Amino acid sequence: MEKLIEDFSLGLFFWQTLLFLALVFLLWKYAWKPILNAINDREEGIRNALDAAEEAKKEMQNVTADNEKLLKEARAERENLLKEAREIKEKIVTDAKELAQVEGDKLIKQAKATIESEKKAAVADIKNQVAELSVEIAEKVIKEQLSNKEKQLKLVDDMLGDIKLN
Amino acid sequence: MRNPLLVSFILVFTIFFNATIFANESEMSSDETKTDLKTEIDEYIQHHLKDSHDFSLFSYTDDEGNLHHVGFPLPVILWDNGLVVFSSSRFHHGEEVATAGENHYKLYHGKIYKTDASGTITYDADHHASNIKPLDFSITKSVMMILITGLLMFLLFRGLAKSYSKNRGIAKGIGRFFEPVIIYIRDDIAIATIGEKKYQKYMPFLLTIFFFIWFLNMFGLTPLGVNVTGNIAITTALAILTFLITNFTGTKTYWKHLFDPLGNSMPWYAKIPLYVILIPIEVLGIFIKPFSLLIRLYANMQAGHIVIMSLIGLMFLFKNWIGSSLSFGLAFAISLIEILVALLQAYIFTMLSALYFGFASEEHEHAEAH
Repeated sequence: MEKLIEDFSLGLFFWQTLLFLALVFLLWKYAWKPILNAINDREEGIRNALDAAEEAKKEMQNVTADNEKLLKEARAERENLLKEAREIKEKIVTDAKELAQVEGDKLIKQAKATIESEKKAAVADIKNQVAELSVEIAEKVIKEQLSNKEKQLKLVDDMLGDIKLN
Repeated sequence: MRNPLLVSFILVFTIFFNATIFANESEMSSDETKTDLKTEIDEYIQHHLKDSHDFSLFSYTDDEGNLHHVGFPLPVILWDNGLVVFSSSRFHHGEEVATAGENHYKLYHGKIYKTDASGTITYDADHHASNIKPLDFSITKSVMMILITGLLMFLLFRGLAKSYSKNRGIAKGIGRFFEPVIIYIRDDIAIATIGEKKYQKYMPFLLTIFFFIWFLNMFGLTPLGVNVTGNIAITTALAILTFLITNFTGTKTYWKHLFDPLGNSMPWYAKIPLYVILIPIEVLGIFIKPFSLLIRLYANMQAGHIVIMSLIGLMFLFKNWIGSSLSFGLAFAISLIEILVALLQAYIFTMLSALYFGFASEEHEHAEAH
């Protein structure tokens, strides 16, 4: 310890302190400040560039996403359109079928009605003709039957007998 | 795969190197020279570890036995009832008395004493020189190296700073090598210990102290052999700066932490007996922290220099192939480790300074930290 104190040179201490402080000051002003600023600027630049790249990437992703979305929408639209078209087609077909059915039914009904009325007319006609024919036949038969007296009487008797039975 | 080759190369080189030295000195009687050499090496190491008043590169003895010093003198600046300035060459490496005006000075064991015209040194009871010591503000070898390192750092980092604007924000030139180091200090030392908010005001000091210590440590490993960071005055100056910055930038939290470390965790009457012990320890702590910084750097660099120089000295003491080669190998290995230590000590000093600044600039409440 004594040797250390003896070795201690005040002059050297003085010069060291003075020169070192001067060196710190000079280097700070002319070297460290510009160096650190330059390094900071450069790092800032790199950071900005990275941020910009990230931004661009994000934008790109957005654009891709937009495209995807548009495509999806278009596809959905197409799907919709197709679906609608199919529905319309089906509806038209169904409608047409129904209409045809109704029309057909109507026609059949009319036809049936006509047939019925024709039938009725025909039956009536036949009845009339049968009646006339019957009357004529009856006339002829009666004329035949009532050509002699005996037979006339006999008929009356038969008729009278029938009445009794009733 | 390169290591065995390298080692064998070094061995061959060492053997050759030592053989020539051996040839030169074999004429002297070996026992006597050995003790002489030992003291000489010891003195040389002691001398090297100290600061000196002239910048000597090396010295040699010529054929006639005269010692020659190669180097250049530095200005001696003394305050002795007025400013006294003269060249250190007047001391002739401590052999002669320097006369400036009416005063006479003599260099004795690396220190300047005021003497009479014949240079008499008087001694006290403990065999210390008792002459008057004038205040010595000389530009010594260490001051010279500080100036050179400062200039180098300024040119280097000014160049780096300029290269950014010239080269659109990208470093160019030799300073480029140090850019990652600067970023490391900023991110892993300053921001990591002080925090994102306040690190900026400490950056100039941290960067300067790191490169200053590192470069001076590295210069210490060159054959110039300047032991600047291994000088207690230098490390003291650096540690005092750390101490001052720590305590002058200390926040309220920092001081509260010092004088009221327990906070509101217990009633005041319970704290009194604890604080009788705690507060002196805390207060002592603020001085011990920078003191450990100064001792650590000083001791590490001093020890490194002693070890390397002793191993180199051993080469000359062994005077045989195996011993000298081994000590060369060891000296080489230790030199490699010292290169690492040079960086490591700079890192540790910076890191710990940043840590202390981090404590000082702590802003949040103590309770919240846990």
